[in-house]
Amino acid sequence: MALNKEHELHKRRHGRNLGVGLLLASFVVLVLALTLVKVTSSGFQFPQTQSEQN
Amino acid sequence: MSDASINASTVHEGEASFGDYFALLKPRVMSLVVFTAFVGLIAAPVGVHPVIGFCAVLFIAIGGGASGALNMWWDADIDQVMKRTKSRPIPAGKVEAGEALSLGLALSGLSVIMLALATNVFAGAFLAFTIFFYVVVYTMWLKRATPQNIVIGGAAGAFPPVIGWIAATGSMSVEPWLMFALTFMWTPPHFWALCLFMRSDYDDAGVPMLTVTHGRPATRKHILVYTALLAILAVGTAFSGIGGPIYLAVALVMNALFLHGAWKIFGRNEDNSEADDFKVERSFFKLSLLYLFLHFGAILVEATLKPYGLGGW
Repeated sequence: MALNKEHELHKRRHGRNLGVGLLLASFVVLVLALTLVKVTSSGFQFPQTQSEQN
Repeated sequence: MSDASINASTVHEGEASFGDYFALLKPRVMSLVVFTAFVGLIAAPVGVHPVIGFCAVLFIAIGGGASGALNMWWDADIDQVMKRTKSRPIPAGKVEAGEALSLGLALSGLSVIMLALATNVFAGAFLAFTIFFYVVVYTMWLKRATPQNIVIGGAAGAFPPVIGWIAATGSMSVEPWLMFALTFMWTPPHFWALCLFMRSDYDDAGVPMLTVTHGRPATRKHILVYTALLAILAVGTAFSGIGGPIYLAVALVMNALFLHGAWKIFGRNEDNSEADDFKVERSFFKLSLLYLFLHFGAILVEATLKPYGLGGW
């Protein structure tokens, strides 16, 4: 069976794949936003390294 | 038959769409989780950054959805017997039970870890406990073992406002437990009214619902008793830190209506009910949805008005 670039499976699962893709992209944006909020908050401190503790 | 031919013929029929996987998360239950968790978060006396608040509610909702998927995985056998659940993705043949298990486990892990990172470890641990309670204690253990299944299992659905509060404050106090108690006491009359008009569903599935084990007249009595206890709790909450005049007005009106409905259910027998196709039971069930929404809505309004010196007493 010849392998086509656009297999029938891709068409059939287009909606599902699109949904998963959008979800993953949203998750990345969310983690980025969360990180920005955390590091810009007034109480944020970098964790102490081993050498600083000694 | 080769793999390719399986793909082309067998699986093609009724293949799961994105929506089918989403349906595994029980979106309607999730909407209740989102709303009550949001109220718990806003009613807390500590301000939360909007992005962190959004993440907290989102991950609590995903945790709730994950428990829904795990519940559907475990209950696939009885879901295909009951009319109400027959069209769920697993009994409908759209999604494999194993897929629901994988999705449920993956989302459970993701939601717990992300909630702990976004807010605090206590909130993450409490979400993990809630998922465990719903899936293991309620679904696997109590649901098929005792007619009090819905009473104890109702606790799982009542935890979200507590998690929302902990996400904001990092600690516990009386107020979130009042919100917990409100949902906890509301669940049995809400579900038993459903059992009354879904008649043979739980019978057929062999789930020991109160209607099956103790009979329908006893269920009517239980609805009245639980509604009376709920009314005392709901009105009493008006005088706590999350209550206020708006909440009190809502609680008085809604509890009077709810008690009236429970009293009517108590005074009916099966002949009356069948004659009008369970009209009173159905309207009580609908009222129960509005009841919970308005109580939590009133708590939200009181909390929102507080910074302006208007909410609360």
